[in-house]
Amino acid sequence: MSSSASTGNAGTAGPASTGNQQPTHTPMGLIAFAWTLVGVPLAYGLYQTVKTASSLFGG
Amino acid sequence: MAVPAFLARERIVARPGFNRWLIPPAALAVHLCIGQAYATSVYKSALVEHFDTSLTAIGIIFSIAIVMLGLSAAVFGKWVDRNGPRAAMATSAAFWVTGFLVGSLGIATEQLWLLYLGYGVIGGIGLGIGYISPVSTLIKWFPDRPGLATGMAIMGFGGGALIASPLSRQLMNFYDPDYDGTAGTVPSGEAVALLFLTLAVLYAVFMSFGALIVRVPADGWKPDGFDPSTVKSKALVTTDNVSADNAIKTPQFWLLWIVLFCNVTAGIGILEQAAPMIQDFFRDGETSAVAAATAAGFVGLLSLFNMGGRFVWSSTSDYIGRKPIYMIYLGVGIVLYIVLATLGSTATWIFVLTAAVIISFYGGGFATIPAYLRDLFGTFQVGAIHGRLLTAWSAAGIAGPLIINGVLDMAEGEPGELVAGDYRPALFIMVGLLVIGFIANLLVKPVADKWHEPTAAQSPATKEASAVR
Repeated sequence: MSSSASTGNAGTAGPASTGNQQPTHTPMGLIAFAWTLVGVPLAYGLYQTVKTASSLFGG
Repeated sequence: MAVPAFLARERIVARPGFNRWLIPPAALAVHLCIGQAYATSVYKSALVEHFDTSLTAIGIIFSIAIVMLGLSAAVFGKWVDRNGPRAAMATSAAFWVTGFLVGSLGIATEQLWLLYLGYGVIGGIGLGIGYISPVSTLIKWFPDRPGLATGMAIMGFGGGALIASPLSRQLMNFYDPDYDGTAGTVPSGEAVALLFLTLAVLYAVFMSFGALIVRVPADGWKPDGFDPSTVKSKALVTTDNVSADNAIKTPQFWLLWIVLFCNVTAGIGILEQAAPMIQDFFRDGETSAVAAATAAGFVGLLSLFNMGGRFVWSSTSDYIGRKPIYMIYLGVGIVLYIVLATLGSTATWIFVLTAAVIISFYGGGFATIPAYLRDLFGTFQVGAIHGRLLTAWSAAGIAGPLIINGVLDMAEGEPGELVAGDYRPALFIMVGLLVIGFIANLLVKPVADKWHEPTAAQSPATKEASAVR
């Protein structure tokens, strides 16, 4: 999930798509924001569930 | 059925250089929302009290939603593949949010049929379209790791319940301070109606965000360094394509239907009665060695394994192959179910460990099936084929509870008052189902060439574009 240029996530366009399309660059800030937006609620849910599940081992 | 231009597939074709790691959060934004479907138990008692009705009458709401999930995924699958993920996510959001709004109205006006119509029927359609909306897109963005990609999204469905359960408790406590979430306290109907309204707003925002950022790869796009011929060289994996209409005429589709049905039914066997089951397995006379709070912890642990299994096992399938991993889900599942039935009551750790691994296989089965379909039928209409296969989930959603509840009905007493022996017949029925699923998976062979779409004249993407016109 790092720079598209360095990791090859940007990929290679096929012959049909290379036509008039200008290359783009996905801002890392947008990727980080998107992952944070879904990651924070997921982390909240995980924390709450682990807290509940811990009673199983708490005796 | 045309869609507005801003939702159309053509508007979201990614330009060269687009970073594919923006797609999994788009998929998660949808699946984390619709995963709320597995958190309905949080307000079940409140609805029973509010409508002054039975638990069964309220439980039907969830059953309607799951049946509608399977039906809508099957019916709208081709539409989703043709119009792309943005149109599908937006449509799913509209149905899912409307479902909550109509449901809220039903609760506020004490009309149960409105809750059936809202959450069950309308929301259920949103569930089905939302569930399949990102699948084929993810598979196309991650041809090198389809199991990882679909595992991430479908893990979100498991994660959605993890978020919605505690969040719903906290919101209902906010709207009804007399309810504190502990055993014995029940939130008011008004609090549940307001919860539905709040969730509708939250889900509208989240799902719209997913629809906004999702993109489809351009025709012919492939990740740097990815050689499609390496995929072709793996057993059972095709680079040809089969249409959804042809797929259902193949034995492979119906073998996978049986596999999914058996795997899901077996998982539901435990999930349906998880809390009373662990208490009953360690019952000595009137009392159980497992306290109610510990049983709740067990349910939480199962949720974690359900979610984790979706990601871990589906990702693993990229390395060991789809057929072998289902042999593990079903074959090891058989052994674990036998251990659970025969040794499960001898020690808590044996019971907890075997049940947790079984549930991780249950989640893994859901998450790996899209990649298995891609391997056998190609990417052309994999979303539609997946949608049709999800009718197995609907069928399992009916069969699983019927089996476990039917067996327990024959015992004297209710779950929470039984002993381990009362559960054994149901567990051995699950073993039988897993054996059937194991054999079905063993019989899966590559799809015959006669079902493949012609490749010379048109590429799949061109065909899809033609279909839109």
